[in-house]
Amino acid sequence: MSDPHAGFIIASYALTGLVVGGLVLRAVVEHRALRRALEQLEARGVRRRSARQETAR
Amino acid sequence: MPRLSSLWNLANPTRFLGLADRLLPWLAALAAALLAVGLYLSFFVAPPDYQQGETVRIMFIHVPAAWLGLFMYVMMSASALGTLVWRHPLADVAQKAAAPIGAAFTFVCLVTGSLWGKPMWGTWWVWDARLTSVLVLFLMYLGIMALWRAVDDPGRAARAVAVLTLVGVVNIPIIKFSVDWWSTLHQPAAVFRIDGPTIHPSMLWPLLVMALAFTVLAVALHVAGMRNEILRRRVRSLWLMEAERLDAGAETAAGAAR
Repeated sequence: MSDPHAGFIIASYALTGLVVGGLVLRAVVEHRALRRALEQLEARGVRRRSARQETAR
Repeated sequence: MPRLSSLWNLANPTRFLGLADRLLPWLAALAAALLAVGLYLSFFVAPPDYQQGETVRIMFIHVPAAWLGLFMYVMMSASALGTLVWRHPLADVAQKAAAPIGAAFTFVCLVTGSLWGKPMWGTWWVWDARLTSVLVLFLMYLGIMALWRAVDDPGRAARAVAVLTLVGVVNIPIIKFSVDWWSTLHQPAAVFRIDGPTIHPSMLWPLLVMALAFTVLAVALHVAGMRNEILRRRVRSLWLMEAERLDAGAETAAGAAR
C-alpha cells in the first residue's frame, strides 16, 4: 500500500484486530477458568440443589 | 401456547447453557467466514474513493463498529426492561454480558474515527454533536460496567444498572440524528436514509458484509459472555454454600469441644 495515509489505515485495522482478539481471548480464558472452578467445587462435594436432584433421579 | 412456553423454557439458565454450547461453534465459524469475505471485499474489491483515496477503507471497520456500539446498547436496554418488568435472571445476565462488548465496539469507533479524521479533516477530534454524543455513549458503558462491580449482590446490581441504562437510552436517537439536528463536521447518514443509500454499490456491499460479520461476531461474544456470567453466578453460589457448610462444621466442632 503506497498511500500517503497507509499508517492511519494500518493502525485502524491493527487496533480493531487487537480489541476484537482481546474480547475473544477474554471470553475463552474466562470460560475455562469458570469451568475449572465449578469442577473443583463439585469434586469437593459442593453441588447446587437442582444438580443434586438430577443425580438423585 | 406452545411457542410461548418453549421461549420460557429457553429462558431457563441450564437450557440456555446447553443451547449456547451447541450454538457457539457455528456462530464463531460464521463470523470468521464473513470477516474473511468482508476483509477481502474491503481491500481487494472496493475501489479507492475519488476524494479520500485508500483512506476510505477505514470506513469498513469504523461504520460497523459504530452500528454495533448502538446495537449493543439497544440490546442492553431491552434486557433492562426484562430485569425491571419480569425480574428474569437471564435478562440480568444479558445486560451484564452486553456492556463490555458495546464498550469495546464504541472504543473502536472512536479511535478509528479519530484515525480517519486526522488525514481527512486535519484534526484528531472536534467537539461536534456526533463525536461528543458517541463519547457520551462510551462513558455510559464505562459507568454501567463500574456500577456492576460496585454492588455485590447480582440481583440488586441488575436493577440499579437497568435504571441507569434506560435513562441513558435517550442518547441513542441523539447520536443517530445529531448529524441532521446540528451542523457537524461529521458527514450525514449515507446508508440508512429514507431516499436510499448514497454510497456506490462497489463500496456499499463490502460495508454491509463487514457489518453482518461484526454483528454475528458480537452475537457470538454476547452468547459466550452470557454463558460465562451464568457459570460465574453458579461458582459464586457454590462458594457461599461451601462457606456456610464450613462455618456450620466449625460451630459443631467448637460445641463438641466445650
